[in-house]
Amino acid sequence: MTMQPASTEIASRTAAIIRELKGLEGPLLPILHEIQVEFGHVPQASLPAIAEALNISNAEVHGVVTFYHDYRSHPAGKHVLKVCQAEACQSMGSDAVAAKLKQLLGIGFHETTRDGLVTLEPVYCLGLCACAPSAMLDGEVIGRLDDEKIEEIVAEARS
Amino acid sequence: MGLIQEIDFGTPASTSQKQVTLTVDGFTVTVSEGTSIMRASMEAGIAIPKLCATDMVDAFGSCRLCLVEIDGRNGTPSSCTTPVAPGMVVHTQTGKLKDIRRGVMELYISDHPLDCLTCAANGDCELQTQAGVVGLRDVRYGYEGDNHVFKKNDGAENFKWMAKDESNPYFTYDPSKCIVCSRCVRACEEVQGTFALTIEGRGFGSRVSPGMHQLFIDSECVSCGACVQACPTATLSEKSVIQIGQPEHSMVTTCAYCGVGCQFKAEMRGDELVRMVPYKDGKANRGHSCVKGRFAYGYSTHKDRILNPMIREKITDPWREVSWEEALTYTANEFRRIQYQYGRTSIGGITSSRCTNEETYLVQKLIRQGFRNNNVDTCARVCHSPTGYGLGQTFGTSAGTQDFDSVEHTDVVMVIGANPAAAHPVFASRLKKRLRKGAKLIVLDPRRTEMVKSAHIEAEYHLPLKPGTNVAVVTSLAHVIVTEGLFDEKFIRERCDWDEFQDWASFVALPENSPEVVGKPANVDPELIRGAARLYARGGNGSIYYGLGVTEHSQGSTTVIAIANLAMATGNIGRPGVGVNPLRGQNNVQGSCDMGSFPHELPGYRHVSGDAVRDIYETLWGVKIDDEPGLRIPNMLDAAVDGSFKGLYVQGEDILQSDPDTKHVAAGLAAMECVVVHDLFLNETANYAHVFLPGSTFLEKDGTFTNAERRINRVRKVMAPKNGLADWEVTQKLAQTMGLNWNYRHPSEIMDEIAMTTPSFAKVSYDYLEKMGSVQWPCNDKAPEGTPIVHVDGFVRGKGKFIRTEYVATDEKTGPRFPLLLTTGRILSQYNVGAQTRRTDNVMWHSEDRLEIHPHDAENRGLRDGDWVRLTSRSGETTLRALITDRVSPGVVYTTFHHPDTQANVITTDFSDWATNCPEYKVTAVQVGASNGPSDWQRDYNEQAEQSRRIATLQAAE
Repeated sequence: MTMQPASTEIASRTAAIIRELKGLEGPLLPILHEIQVEFGHVPQASLPAIAEALNISNAEVHGVVTFYHDYRSHPAGKHVLKVCQAEACQSMGSDAVAAKLKQLLGIGFHETTRDGLVTLEPVYCLGLCACAPSAMLDGEVIGRLDDEKIEEIVAEARS
Repeated sequence: MGLIQEIDFGTPASTSQKQVTLTVDGFTVTVSEGTSIMRASMEAGIAIPKLCATDMVDAFGSCRLCLVEIDGRNGTPSSCTTPVAPGMVVHTQTGKLKDIRRGVMELYISDHPLDCLTCAANGDCELQTQAGVVGLRDVRYGYEGDNHVFKKNDGAENFKWMAKDESNPYFTYDPSKCIVCSRCVRACEEVQGTFALTIEGRGFGSRVSPGMHQLFIDSECVSCGACVQACPTATLSEKSVIQIGQPEHSMVTTCAYCGVGCQFKAEMRGDELVRMVPYKDGKANRGHSCVKGRFAYGYSTHKDRILNPMIREKITDPWREVSWEEALTYTANEFRRIQYQYGRTSIGGITSSRCTNEETYLVQKLIRQGFRNNNVDTCARVCHSPTGYGLGQTFGTSAGTQDFDSVEHTDVVMVIGANPAAAHPVFASRLKKRLRKGAKLIVLDPRRTEMVKSAHIEAEYHLPLKPGTNVAVVTSLAHVIVTEGLFDEKFIRERCDWDEFQDWASFVALPENSPEVVGKPANVDPELIRGAARLYARGGNGSIYYGLGVTEHSQGSTTVIAIANLAMATGNIGRPGVGVNPLRGQNNVQGSCDMGSFPHELPGYRHVSGDAVRDIYETLWGVKIDDEPGLRIPNMLDAAVDGSFKGLYVQGEDILQSDPDTKHVAAGLAAMECVVVHDLFLNETANYAHVFLPGSTFLEKDGTFTNAERRINRVRKVMAPKNGLADWEVTQKLAQTMGLNWNYRHPSEIMDEIAMTTPSFAKVSYDYLEKMGSVQWPCNDKAPEGTPIVHVDGFVRGKGKFIRTEYVATDEKTGPRFPLLLTTGRILSQYNVGAQTRRTDNVMWHSEDRLEIHPHDAENRGLRDGDWVRLTSRSGETTLRALITDRVSPGVVYTTFHHPDTQANVITTDFSDWATNCPEYKVTAVQVGASNGPSDWQRDYNEQAEQSRRIATLQAAE
């Protein structure tokens, strides 16, 4: 199990981030990004503090956070593997790639391996259609996936 | 009869003066520039199919059903988001459009349950209607696969399905029926201004979410009902509709809660009220509502309601149910006996601000014609009597200067001693809407109220002044305006007395009125006062809205005068967007004042000493009217304690709970020999009554209410009185029993008498109200359509009068024994003494009065949130639970007065306004300490109340 920061700690670190970024034009997304960097996810406890500081409602913050898939409500594993499921990749067999990854890792989409090492997620286009099917491991894109590459990726993520 | 159907134009009206002509399906139509094609078509009588559009919110363009084709333009633009253009040729029904619409509708229906026959919205569902409109005959996609409709898919749990949210007592949220048109979200944002709803997720996962995926009751939702109103399906449905079914006829009537005067359609099935729906043509509310008017009408059928007259010889006896005749004969005999024994002036009456104009008129007429004295007063004594005095002296009319629409033109709003978000919610929504469009806000209030800061609005200046320093602070605002030369000399020279202005200016300019001197005792940063004054004077149209935080002080009238001075000095009078506006507490407090409820005034604010005025009534009523003012409420109680006042007729008011210094009120009532309470419930005052006359609700009678903007609104009878008689009939029968020759057959005849005798009502009649909808007085030959804004071409009194406002601190001062200042107020879900709202599900939001105390003061006393605390003043003590919050400043505590268990008025003192006797509810020096439970007073009181409410059970016949 991943250790979650204590609520007072969330409050103080959230407050510091809000203080730093509140002056930006359209500060909500930058604040949420920074909070995700800070905690590895966007803790629910941060949302009312953001709403209060920006003078918007809790509902509005919730609406924005849930709109973007990249904002997590829970911490991810040590490595995040995103596999493209958009049209071009689908036509090049991304379904099979996903199935294989799920099987090797023993998890489904939006799940994390029990050892906390890998989180698997679908993504809809990495802009790498020419090299489909593609995936991204911890921010690094990988094209032209085949069985060999898939096994390599899993081995690397598992290390 | 039948249901009143209002046309939904799809998008809001445009306010542009410029006209544009276009062609829709071959018909020529001319509309204001900026109007949507959808609205223009509707005005031509052509309804374009739509789902996500409704005229209470701005166009959104998401449902893709309202597409049209326009000659010379590509594609199929949505008619809700496309504005009209000159010469445009629009086609609303083509083969292409038909195909698109049917295809779109097919997708909607493929994720919607097909349980129309058993659905609560059956017969009132826009989705159902539009499916019919576009000719949907088949759903080719079937119901397999992803959906939000079924709890289980092929036996497996369907994680997209969400259970109903029944947490709100008045409406249900059923996500399985939601088409995610976001009308509810937009209504909450644009109309109500609470922003409690959002669309969470995206794409097929999009769902309406209260708060952060919470239950409605746990979210920021204030249950105003705008979302329910906006919902085109059964997703958000009134529970009453689910239980009863669709209404079949409706009548337009006026809410009986606060002074905003919202109009509703009372939708009925037979004589059962199905729901109250805000009426778009209601000129005060423009189709909006709050939790009280929309939902909290359950008291009218509550089991506590008393339906039979009752009498008892002594207040220690149990009540005895009797016939109307016996009750009225007993009352008439008692009143005559008392007058014979103790003199003509030993009895009196209190009119009700909750009853209609006609009923109020009759009560004061009974007292003046039947009792032959002027001992009539009304609850305005304890709320806005200083408004009547202050505005009467300075401007010449005892009422607000604007209509509510005026707020749409204001640039700077100063809210003083009022929390409209709680007490006048529909006005607050209209104000917030204007603030979101850029108007600036100044708040003078000891508490950081919802108006100071809430989603998307924030006051430019909040002056958290110490209770009791209003006059000093408002005068120092004037000091800044005068000394910095921010006054409007042209306006003052034209419309006011220049010499009086100069005298006043030299007074306010004195150094002791400067923010730097005043700021210290008032606990306000002088720079805030200076900033606020500059903004009000120079920020464009400046308007002032104030409440009981201004009037309920020992210098209440002085503050009202100071406010009037500010408006005159800055020229903020006599046009839209400016003015001085008292936010009146009760539905008809304006009306009850207009109707001659005060001991010194006949209807229309004409002093009883005026021979000409008395002559009108003396001729009509055939009696001599006293030319000396009668007793005010506090005087009646004093006289009762002294033994010279013995009988009282109280219609629809609970003076024991609402008036200050409860012990004194109780002693006064206990000393009387015949107290007649005419009310819906055995209220607290009834504990001391000898006769109880059951009252009728606003749903059970015809009449009129006059709201805070002087608007005379019709109240219409939608069901027969459960107690047998409307209140005006009861007063009439009492008058007849006392030997008066009254023969009103309908309240319209009473209004005719009012119009005949009162110049400001001269043109008012029920026929005229039927035609106009409503009118604002004065309504006479000079102003046949009524008067939305007063003092347009000059003040009613002639020249506006500047009056010096010397600050005299109240005698109620803190000291070592009572170091804190208590101030009182209201909360959104409850209304005044709570006799009605406590008998509805509104108690879910506020089941007890709490004492708000600053963390610093709480810590000093070792108090934790939720602890029972003892609240003590010179007058008395009570106990309640603490709520620790920094909304109040250190040194200030706050509570509401909705619950008789708390009896906050045991604490308040008998200090009152110098001019009008309006009690000083808003300042009481108190001490707060830990407590184990109810005080002795509370225990004794509850025991007495319980004893007093016994009703003798008749022996069953053998």
